[in-house]
This record gives sequence, C-alpha cells and structure tokens, in this order.
Amino acid sequence: MLQYTARRVVQAIAVLWAAYTVSFAVLYMLPSDPVSILLNQAGGTSGRPSADQIAQIQSEYGFDDPVVVQYFHHLFDAIQLDFGQSVSRGQSVTSLLTENLPPTLALTATALLFTVVIGGGLAFLATYVGWRPLRSFLHRLPAVGVSFPTFWIGLLLIQLFSFSLGWFPATGSEGISTLILPALTMSLPTAGILAQVLIRGLDDTLEQAHIATARAKGLSRLRIHLKHALKNASLPALTILGLLVGSTVTQAVVAETIFSRLGIGRLAQQAVLAQDIPLVQGIVVLAAAIFVVVNLVVDLIYPLLDPRVLPHTERRSRVRTTPTPELA
Amino acid sequence: MTLADAELGLLPSSSPTPSDRDGTTGRARQTLRLLARRPGFILAVVYVVLVLLSAVAPRIFASGDPTQTVPKDKFLSPSLDHLFGTDELGRDLFTRMVHGSSLSIEATLISVGVAVVAGLTIGVLSGYAGGWADSLLMRFVDVLLAIPSLLLALAIVTALGFGTVNVAIAVGVGLTPGFARITRAEVLRVKTLPYVEAARSSGAGRGRILVRHVLPNSWGPVVVLAVLDFGTAILAVSSLSFLGFGAPPPQSEWGSLISAGRTYLVTSPWLTLLPGLAVGAVVYALNHIGKTFEEIQRWH
Amino acid sequence: MALTFAAQDARSSTHVGPVLEIAGLAVGFGQKGRERVVVEDLTLAVRPGQVVALVGESGSGKSTTAHAALGLLPAGGRIVGGRILLGGHDVTSIDDKEFRQYRGPLVGLVPQDPMVALNPTLRIGEQVAEAVRRRGVPKRSVPAEVAQVLERAGVDNPEVKARQYPHELSGGQRQRVLIAIALAGKPRLLVADEPTSALDATVQRRILDHLDRLVADTGTSLLLITHDLGVAVDRADHLVVMSQGRIVEQGRPSEVVASPQHPYTQKLLDAAPGLGRIRRPAPVPPVDDVVLRFEGVTKDFGSRHPVRVLENLDLEVHRGRTLALVGESGSGKTTALRIAMGLEKPTSGRVLFDGVDVASSDRKALRALRRRFQFVHQNPFAALDPKFNVRDLVAEPLESFGIGDRASRTATVTKLLDQVALPASYLGRRSSELSGGQRQRVAIARALALEPELLLLDEPVSALDVSVQAQILDLLVDLQTELGLTYVLVSHDLAVVAEVSHQLAVLDGGRIVETGPTERIFAEPQHALTRALLEAVPGLTASQDESA
Repeated sequence: MLQYTARRVVQAIAVLWAAYTVSFAVLYMLPSDPVSILLNQAGGTSGRPSADQIAQIQSEYGFDDPVVVQYFHHLFDAIQLDFGQSVSRGQSVTSLLTENLPPTLALTATALLFTVVIGGGLAFLATYVGWRPLRSFLHRLPAVGVSFPTFWIGLLLIQLFSFSLGWFPATGSEGISTLILPALTMSLPTAGILAQVLIRGLDDTLEQAHIATARAKGLSRLRIHLKHALKNASLPALTILGLLVGSTVTQAVVAETIFSRLGIGRLAQQAVLAQDIPLVQGIVVLAAAIFVVVNLVVDLIYPLLDPRVLPHTERRSRVRTTPTPELA
Repeated sequence: MTLADAELGLLPSSSPTPSDRDGTTGRARQTLRLLARRPGFILAVVYVVLVLLSAVAPRIFASGDPTQTVPKDKFLSPSLDHLFGTDELGRDLFTRMVHGSSLSIEATLISVGVAVVAGLTIGVLSGYAGGWADSLLMRFVDVLLAIPSLLLALAIVTALGFGTVNVAIAVGVGLTPGFARITRAEVLRVKTLPYVEAARSSGAGRGRILVRHVLPNSWGPVVVLAVLDFGTAILAVSSLSFLGFGAPPPQSEWGSLISAGRTYLVTSPWLTLLPGLAVGAVVYALNHIGKTFEEIQRWH
Repeated sequence: MALTFAAQDARSSTHVGPVLEIAGLAVGFGQKGRERVVVEDLTLAVRPGQVVALVGESGSGKSTTAHAALGLLPAGGRIVGGRILLGGHDVTSIDDKEFRQYRGPLVGLVPQDPMVALNPTLRIGEQVAEAVRRRGVPKRSVPAEVAQVLERAGVDNPEVKARQYPHELSGGQRQRVLIAIALAGKPRLLVADEPTSALDATVQRRILDHLDRLVADTGTSLLLITHDLGVAVDRADHLVVMSQGRIVEQGRPSEVVASPQHPYTQKLLDAAPGLGRIRRPAPVPPVDDVVLRFEGVTKDFGSRHPVRVLENLDLEVHRGRTLALVGESGSGKTTALRIAMGLEKPTSGRVLFDGVDVASSDRKALRALRRRFQFVHQNPFAALDPKFNVRDLVAEPLESFGIGDRASRTATVTKLLDQVALPASYLGRRSSELSGGQRQRVAIARALALEPELLLLDEPVSALDVSVQAQILDLLVDLQTELGLTYVLVSHDLAVVAEVSHQLAVLDGGRIVETGPTERIFAEPQHALTRALLEAVPGLTASQDESA
C-alpha cells in the first residue's frame, strides 16, 4: 500500500509539472509576439512603443534569453509560488489568486454537494421506480441537464428565482443566499453527468448474476438496491469524481461571471479578455493542481472501497465516454 | 440494451436467424426498421438536419436581413411576425439566429474535425504500436486532461487571439484526449482478440491486420463519441463567445447573441432565453442520436 | 429479517404432497400479448427428498423452468399458462413481494457460475449471514450459524473464509459458499442450475458428491438442471429430458438409458461421450516419422515473481496420429500448444517442427513455416472477425500468402466448405449469423486452407452443445483419415479425448505425469491424477462396465 501511495504521489507531481510546461508552451511560445501583447497591457501606450519600453519588457520577462532558459527561470519561480506580476492589475499573481480562492472554494464545495445529492438521488429513483412512463422519463432527464449551456441555465434561474419570485439575489458574494443560485447553476450539468454514469452503472449491476443470488435469498428490493447494487455501481462513479470536480471548477468561470461574484472564475474571464498572460498561467496551474490533488485522493480511497484492487495492480479505468460539461 | 429498453418492448430478436439472402442487406434493413420505430430518434434527426440546413442556406428559413436595424420596432416580444421577438436595435432575433448558425456550425465542425483527426491518430498509434510510444502519448493525453478543457481553451485563446476559428481550435484541442483514449481502448481490445491472433497465425502482416481487422472493428464507439462531442463542442463554442472571446458584433454567433441579451434580462427575457432554448434543443437532439447509435452497437 | 406467518407456515407445514408441482406451464418473453413462447406444456413434480434432473441442451428451456419455480424470470419473461405450486402454495401469479417469503425457507437456488454469482465487494461471511438472518436467528448467534453452515457445505476453515472476499477463493470454494447460502434458509427444495459446469472435472465430482450427501441428510429435494446427461444419469432418481421448450421423455435414469422412447433422447445418448456409441479414432498410417517434437520446454510467466507454467516438457507427435494433452485448468496444456504454434516463446527448451526450431525462427522464417501447421481456437465465437463473411474468412490465409487470384481463391473456399460439410450458400454470410457448430466448421476450413500437415486444436468442442460436439469430432476424424493430418488436441474432457486420440499425455502443474497410447491408459491408468480424472467423467464408468 505504501508503494502504491508513493507511486501515485510521484505521478501526481509529474502531471502537475507537465501541466505547467504545457501552459507555458501555449502562453509563451504560441503567440507570435508576446511582447506587444504584454505591452498593450502595461499601461496602454499610444503610438509605437519606444525601443526603451521594448527593452524594458524584454528584460523584465526575460525574452532576450533563449526559450529554454526562460522556461527554467519561470519554473524556478513557480516552485516558490511566484508567478510574476499581473500586467492588467499591477498586483502579484500569487496574491490575486490567494484573495480570490476562498469564495470560489465555497461555491465549488456547495455545487459539489448539490451535484451528489441531485445526481445520486435521480439515479437511484430512475432505477428503483417501477412505473414504466416515470421510469423512462427519469432515465432521459439527465440528458436534458447536460444539453443546455451553463450560462443559459444561470440566466434562466435568475429570471425565475430572482426577478420573478424574488427568493434569491442575482448578484453578490456575501452570505449563504448568494451561494444557492450559482451553485445550482454549476451543479445541474455535472449532476446530469453523474446521474448518467450512475444510471448506466446501476442498470448494468442489476443485471449481474450476484443480484439474482441476492433475490433468491429473499432479500427486499430496497435492500438489494442499496446494499448490493448502489454500492457496487458507485465505484465507477467515484472514478469520474475527479473529472467532475475539475469540471465544476471551470463551471465557476461562467457562474461567477453571470452572478457577478468574486472568485477565480471571474478573474479568469477578465484575465483572458485583457490577455494577461502571467495571470492566466497562474490560474491554469492552480486549476490543474486542484484536479491533480482530487484525483490523487480518489486514487488513494479507491482500494479501500473495492477489495479487488490490490496495491500492485492498477485497474481503475479512466476512459471517458460521456462528454463532460466543462466547456459549457 | 438497458432494462428500461427491455421493458419498453424494444428488445430486438436476440438470436440471429440465418437468412437465404446475403447477410449484409438483411442486417442493415433490420437496423433501419428498428430506428424507424423510434419517433424520438426521427424527431431528433429531423431537427438536426434542419439546423444544418439553416447553416448552409439560411435564406430558406429567414428571408430578412439580420443586420437591418429598425429602431421603432425595438424590444417586441415574440409574435407571428417576429418568432423570437426583436432586440434593442429592432433586429429580428430569429433571423439573426438562423444566420448566426453558420458561424456556430462552422466552428463546431472545425473543432470536432481537429479532435477526431488528432485523437484518432494518437489513439491508433498508441494502441497499435504499444511500448514506449504508447506510454509517452498517453502521458501527454493525461496532462491535457489534467488541465480543465475550458481553461486550456482560455489559454489558447489568450495566446492566439479572439475570433471564431481560434475558439474552434481551442475547443478541438480540448476534445482530443477523449478521442485518443477511446480509440486506444478499442484498438487494445481488438488487438488481443482471438481472430486477430488467428489472422496473424495464418500469415497476415501487421499492415493488413490493422487495416482489415483492427480499424473496422474499432470505429464504432468513435462514431458515438463524435456525435456526442458535436453537442459538447456547440456548448463550448457558445460558452466561449458568451464570455466575449468569439466573433465580434454584429456577427450573430449564438453565444454572443445570448450574452448581448443579458443586459435586458429583466425587461425582455426572450432575448436570452429563446436562443438558449434552441441551442439546448440541438444538443439534446445530438445526444439522443448518439445514445441511439450506441445502443444499436451494443446488440450488434 | 423476521418471517411472516406464511413463510413459517411454509417451513413447518405438514404438507405431504410434492414439494414442487408444475402443471401445463407455459413461459414467454416479450411484449404482453405477443410473447415468444420458450416453455410449453410442462408438467413435472418433485417429491420430498427426491433428486430430479432436468436435462437439455441450450435453448431447451430448462433454465427458464427452474427460474420460474423461484419467481426469478428475467426481464420481459412471464408465465403465460399453467400453474406452479410450491409446497402446496400456488405461486403462479403472485407478485415479487409475496414470493419473497418463500425464497429461502421454502426454496433455495444454487446459481450457475460461481465466479460471478457472489457480490465481489462484500465479505463471504456477510453474504451467508444475509441468508441466515432470514430464518429469524438472533443477532448474536448469526456468526456461529454462518460458520456451521459453511462447514456443512464443505468449506474448510470457515471462520477464516468468512472474513475473506470472493476473489480470494477458488471456483470450487465459491460454489460451496453458494451451496451454503442456499441451504442456510433450510429450504425444502434446492434448485441447482448447472452447479458445476464451470469447474474442473475432479472438483465437479467432489461437489456433486457432497451435494448428494447434504440432500440425503437433510431430506431436501433437489432439482438439478444440467446439459450433461452423464451427470444426470449418475445422480438423479428421476430424469426429465427437455428439447425446445417441451418435455420429450421422463423416467428412471436406468430405464431411459436402456430403452429411450424419443428420438431426441436417443440422439443425446449417442452424442454423450461415455454413454453412447463408442467412436474410434482414425486408422494409423504405416509411415511413422515425428512431425512435432517438444524438447525440455519450460515456460515461466511474470517477471517479478515468476510462475512456472511448464516444466521440462518432452513429447513426440507422430504423423497421421492424434496426441491429446489433458489436464485440469492451470496444468499448462494450452500454453504448450501456444508455444508449439509460436504464439509464445519458451523460457528454455525448444519445439521442433519437422526439425526446425519454431521459437528461434525469425518472423519471416516462421511465417513460411506457418503454412504447414495451423491453429484452431477454443472459442468459435471470438475466433472469427464479425465483420467478415465466410468467404473472406476462409480465404484470408490464401490472401495473406498471395496464393492464386480472386476467382481461384473462391473456388478453393467452396471446396473447403464442402470438406467441412457446409453448403456453398454460406459464402456470403457473416459469422454472427452462424451457430457455434457452424462457426467451428468455418474455423476448421480456414485452418485447412493452406493445406497444412499439422493442426493444433485448443479445446475444439468445449464451447459447443453435446450433439454438435459429436458432429465436429466426427468431422475431425474423417478429415484425418482423408487428408492424413496430424493433430495435437488439448482438452479437459477425457470423454472427448477417448474417442479421437491415439496418444495421450496427462499434465499436472506443468509436468507430464503419464503418457502413452490412449487405450492402454484408459484400461490401466498408472498415476493417481489419471485415475481421478477417469473416475470423474460422468457416465463413463457405467458404459465401460457395459461394453467390457
């Protein structure tokens, strides 16, 4: 078990490092002229930038060095949690991230809670209910949640619950009541995904031979559904939990924008609009770090739940066949 | 087939009975007949075809000019004259949507195209070659997955600049890992099947095995994912334009339309809600088609 | 879970009549009103303490009947006619909730495949406890009861095993756990659905013996579902033969075997290895050279903790003869075959085909050599590409080696199909449209396409129905006579082996424990394992006594 843990941790660090490298490659190597992008932000110059200004940007960001050297400079700084200065805001990226993280975490946690409750509950009902019309309706419902753009769901919820009914505020970052609508917005698509995976898992599990054995024992339907079916079907759902968390984090970008909430998501949207390269990179690495940590935790929990996974085998398959709504 | 489908009486005959005719036409006909019995599927296909048609030839559906401003007609709610109402400049929203669909569809096609080509190549190489090539490629795919697709897309858009095509490429890169993994999984599965081994034992070379045995038996799930990801791509592209990174106005890409309507949510909610409904319907229809394909494959 | 009155009544009732009574039963699948009928007009009864065997091939409806008796028909299935009485209670049209009371105290099920019938994420003890609790046993006595029930079912170290998970137990042990679960409720009727077909022959015998004893001790009735006529003949008081949803014959086993009334029963008897007509292997040709030779072949699997699968294998295969490799699962016989084919490389030693070392040949040389010996896979359902039609399947070896043109290849394929007794009209069909036996014929035709001298066959008939097995074995013997082929055949089924092989090698744990001419070994087995294998063949001893 120790060996398994150690290997997983090393893998996690490697993936994080690779994510950093890819984002660096995209942000610093893709653009044809990062200098002018940065210049555009550094106080909006009028007319052509002077040679001095160009030289200043180049030395500050190290563009006069070869790319490889730049990369290692940046990496070295990043390990010490220094991601440079945000060009659009004049603050250090790290401080911006630290300021904006707590509200996003609160929002994400609430959204995850909603996801599990709504998605899990829906899946259980969809497979337990006997009446055919209701059953097939419940089976199709998750697909609806997944089909609509997150931003549209948010706007619909605002229209319904803020403007028409006046139950919850449409904007703001303080207090629990401001959490509800954004969290709900974020959770509906992911709940749809979770429900789909769980429903498929439950339907498959219920057809397996050991369910027939349980029925032959004379156990009640509810007990079989909970103890034998749900427990076994949850294992693959646990596997995609990492993906779900990642997708929830990115949903925050849209949700915070619509509901005008403080947080990493809104920060990201503004950073891209301003083409603020250092800030964007900081956010990308942060998100990757969250994803990696969550998956590590899931990897470590999994053997405790599925006794068949021995420490030296890696049988959690992570092939994703259902589209995730991260991009919505 | 799921329990639901079995109970809904859609169980196909499970034991194939040999017919006197050549087997291929018999099965294709059987499949078509099965599809024809499902009104939901037909409806979904019809809707998607209509949307695709509107992207190619918008004039069939909306004869007006999407850019024509009629200030005196602003903020009209939906009626027979204006199916989706009018916006703040009096432009007919339905016309704008129909004309905007070509942008959205074009972007979606680009992204799915990028993802399929890149993903298939990586997946087939990785799965068939195995060894260190496989490990390397899969590590790369894992990393792409670790960066949430939206953020990856944001990073790409930051670097390349805004606009429909760049958004499309960004989304395409985000979809690639899915195709790579699923192709690889299929290739791995087929590679070890007895009939591939039998072909090898009877003298077939690697190329022949790849082209005649592995590929034809692997593409099933890929098609399903392509259809499903078409919907995902539509959502992603419209999200990115909603956030402001897509085509600049007055181009009426769907996401930008919904974003523009946001300011008037209180007074004229239809500006935002109706276009979104149309988008959701397309995605739902595509989802339905994809799931139907998957079920057909499961009992084939 | 406490019992209701009805269930207690079911258990302690003094109902003296049949434990299970089925009258005119009809079961159908599909939409209500438009069902496809799979069981028709079925009438049988099981008396207290009786063992009734329900025998039939796949599709006969035997499993469906058994499940109907438990109210466990799969989705889409329902009773469309007749009655079922369980311990005197009419259970034909009650709903699942009501039926639950009877499951456990009145009727128990021993399911078919022990590898999948247990919940993989729950401990053994808990799964048995669920059945024990149904009897209303007080909470603190449950662990003791569980241990007791496991022990009675023949599970050694029951306390230790109770804390383990299913994947930590062997197939035979898992089957015993399932028997324990079924018996835990102290039922009056035990339904055993193919209780041993997934297990090795010797394990099968031990479990069936044990089941016999338990049933006799407790006075429980047993309804035994099996496709193996030998098993049924050995163990049942009453034999029921089913075909295509109907009972074709029933009676005392000895009488049915001695004078079968129905032609289908006769067909089953003929096909049953060990019970029916004795098949003779092909005549031995005069020339006696060695086609294939194993020299000190050893194979280890795994790099960190290597498992030795084969040890120092020395074998000779003579032209025109059949050598059978026999052993239980894990004995290494399939690995030996795959090494001979060049699909695996030996860790040490060599395999010589006509003097050429198979393992050390490079790919080109091996490919040229491959024209002379071919492989027939165990599973006819997976060995044919589902996208290919029959013509392309059989012609593929010819295409791979570039032999002839399209027209001549088609002609060759037609000739080959003829040899394996498949009509030419099958050329355009896909493999998914063929039955198991037909697919195996196609696989054999494909193997013959390059006109090889040697065929390596891995369990060529184990995936097929009994009557189809007989046909394929006949075909193989005919082909050997006609074409002078040499066979190396791997099988776990000694009965099959007896009929087609000239030479026999028994493997255990990767070593040969006995080898020699088949007839001699069957008459005078030397090694303990050989004797155990022979004794484990159901029905074989009976027929041997008769023919001796």
